[in-house]
Amino acid sequence: MRVTVGKGSCGIAAGAADVYQALEAGLQNTGHELLTTGCIGMCYLEPIVNVDERVFVKVTKEAAGELLKYILGEENQAERYLIPREDLDNLNGQQRIALKNCGLINPEDIEEYIAREGYEAIKKCVGSLTPEQVIEEIKLSGLSGRGGAGFPTWFKWNAARASAGEKKYVICNADEGDPGAFMDRAVIEGDPHALIEGMLIAAYAIGSDEGIVYVRAEYPLAIVRLELALEQARACGCLGQHIFGGDFCFDIRIKAGAGAFVCGEETALIASLEGERGMPRLKPPFPAQKGCWQKPSNINNVETYANVPWILRNGGAAFAALGTENSKGTKVFALTGKIAKGGLAEVPMGQTVGEVVFGVGGGIKNGRALKAVQMGGPSGGCIPAELCDTPIDYRSLAATGAIMGSGGMVVMDDSTCMVDMARFFLDFTCKESCGKCIHCRIGNRRMLEILERICKGEGLDGDIELLSDLAFQIKEGSLCALGQTAPNPVLTTLRYFRNEYEDHIFRKKCTARQCKPLLTYSISGKCTGCTLCARKCPVGAISGTVKQPHAIDSDKCTKCGKCAEICRFGAVEVE
Amino acid sequence: MTCECNQNKKWELLEPTLEAYAGVAGSLIAILQKAQELYGWLPIELIAHIARRTGIKPAKVMGVVTFYAQFRTKPVGKHLILLCQGTACHVNGSGGIEEAIRERLAVEEGEITPDGLFTYNNVACLGCCSLSPVMMIGEKTYGNLTKESVLRILKDIAEQEEAL
Ligand SMILES: Cc1cc2nc3c(=O)[nH]c(=O)nc-3n(C[C@H](O)[C@H](O)[C@H](O)COP(=O)(O)O)c2cc1C
Ligand code: FES
Repeated sequence: MRVTVGKGSCGIAAGAADVYQALEAGLQNTGHELLTTGCIGMCYLEPIVNVDERVFVKVTKEAAGELLKYILGEENQAERYLIPREDLDNLNGQQRIALKNCGLINPEDIEEYIAREGYEAIKKCVGSLTPEQVIEEIKLSGLSGRGGAGFPTWFKWNAARASAGEKKYVICNADEGDPGAFMDRAVIEGDPHALIEGMLIAAYAIGSDEGIVYVRAEYPLAIVRLELALEQARACGCLGQHIFGGDFCFDIRIKAGAGAFVCGEETALIASLEGERGMPRLKPPFPAQKGCWQKPSNINNVETYANVPWILRNGGAAFAALGTENSKGTKVFALTGKIAKGGLAEVPMGQTVGEVVFGVGGGIKNGRALKAVQMGGPSGGCIPAELCDTPIDYRSLAATGAIMGSGGMVVMDDSTCMVDMARFFLDFTCKESCGKCIHCRIGNRRMLEILERICKGEGLDGDIELLSDLAFQIKEGSLCALGQTAPNPVLTTLRYFRNEYEDHIFRKKCTARQCKPLLTYSISGKCTGCTLCARKCPVGAISGTVKQPHAIDSDKCTKCGKCAEICRFGAVEVE
Repeated sequence: MTCECNQNKKWELLEPTLEAYAGVAGSLIAILQKAQELYGWLPIELIAHIARRTGIKPAKVMGVVTFYAQFRTKPVGKHLILLCQGTACHVNGSGGIEEAIRERLAVEEGEITPDGLFTYNNVACLGCCSLSPVMMIGEKTYGNLTKESVLRILKDIAEQEEAL
């Protein structure tokens, strides 16, 4: 039998490496095949083990023992770990293009990629298509950038092709800065050859011989897997000099990032590639004209490239047949936060936010109510539950004040404070601003200070207006999209959750019970006088005698929440 | 004054890297990454040494070092804890996890515990968001953290160290 263990970073964190070891020990010399695969996207079911066609989920160490018995044909209880029907339907109901092979093939073996039509698209390009025809096919597909801005891919390729010069670069943006998005990591860890082939096709189309993948420093496993894939591709003649024996030469190297969100911005990324501080510069000239070392360069996101081989194999029209009028194809979403079934899902553009959250996402954790979905990360915005019917396409999302971004969807329930979220994003952009523009460097800090003040219960009448005004100025006064979009989380929360701001400022209340300084702790009649809270309170704010209801001295209370956490009778009330 | 050959000797582990990248434009970040991998952090003399050997102005090298979050100009404990404070982790309570770590270690972010074992740093997203809250210690990633599980993990590591 063919046994595969999902060993993406997420699988490993859930214990897949231990499961793999257990299976490895048990399957020695049995003739069964044990392999590693990447992440299939159902992170909530990790660790996942496939035995031929059957999928076993939440495979703990004990479960591995049962699986071993099943594989070896002994009596077993492995059934218990079979994937539930609805989760399997969820998976099969997706339309997978970028994630086509993720979780199914062994990313450490090029043969498996080749066996699934791998490297056929680039062969077809080199063998029978002119670069112009390749670009035409991409144009027909309607593929647009998956890294954030959604710019038409063919247009960039065409511009880079048209730029004069012998030397051109094909760059892959694998900086994946949006916290909460991890599709690029999944593709590199699970199907690195799809990225390599996509870059090869881009290189053929624009006439480049050198590629660079800029990978985020926090992704060590992705770097290892990509390095291995590059070696194997070279050894098979799919990469390097005279690819497939022809005139086309192209090689790729990896550049590890060093931890700076702004380096995801393309001009900053180029500065970083050149060994400089990653500061964005004014465009034009665009990278397609003057990019790395002033040479024409094409920069695309990982997912963008990963779609390309499929498009060349199946034709641009097949891709364009999916999705909506203005947003073609499929998109990978990373579902995280308060979602029941967190992970990656690839669906055609045009499904609504609600369909994704309550469909593949399985709804909200612990049966709570959906409050909002944050899309587009620190540059994006919150889409409130009322707008759940918004179709996911570039235009409809923009109309809500959010953006598609890289496809991160952080789901929030009624225990998430929207003012705190706005503060959180501003804190992030303040730390990540490169400091070049005064509005971004200082304006965002001023906004953060106001938000911090509001969260502490020190908000003032006029703060909302001040925030709106600052937001407008920062948008106007910043050079790159980091600054231009930094106020978006504040603007969308102000637009949809103004009442929460007002509660904080005027009533000094945080209805989501997240902003500690605004909470008051008290003990209700449910108290049995067990004295546990009084003993555990770090500041001695709780008093009372045994078997008598206790009380909290609100002057001493530091609102650490310990009493509410440990009370076994639910007697501590938080307001 | 220390002579140059002394400095070469002192940082000799880095020598092959400096030679491999000699004359290669744009390699400063890669050199700094290698240096940090070898020495754990970037002391000021090492930064000066790299500047001297690459011919890049010390101020510029320092500029790059301070720009990127990855580079450290202070030593760290034996086990570096990278605690995710990304969006998904924040929504799922990474703030409370940080409190628990800070309380247990009794140090602030970036400082070393008196026993030299731990330093914790906040980072933004480790790419395991579906298991949030998440932290990484060395090569190992831990997901679905709770205050209890974090304390247990730290305790286990401390006990292993003691047994050594
Ligand atoms: C602050 C900032 C951060 C960005 N981060 C990323 C990123 O992490 N990954 C990415 O692919 N694009 C990112 N982008 C978008 C890139 O600038 C660029 O548009 C993209 O890589 C182009 O590729 P695409 O056309 O395939 O989307 C970022 C942009 C800005 C302004
Ligand atoms: S937000 Fe914490 S791992 Fe991504």
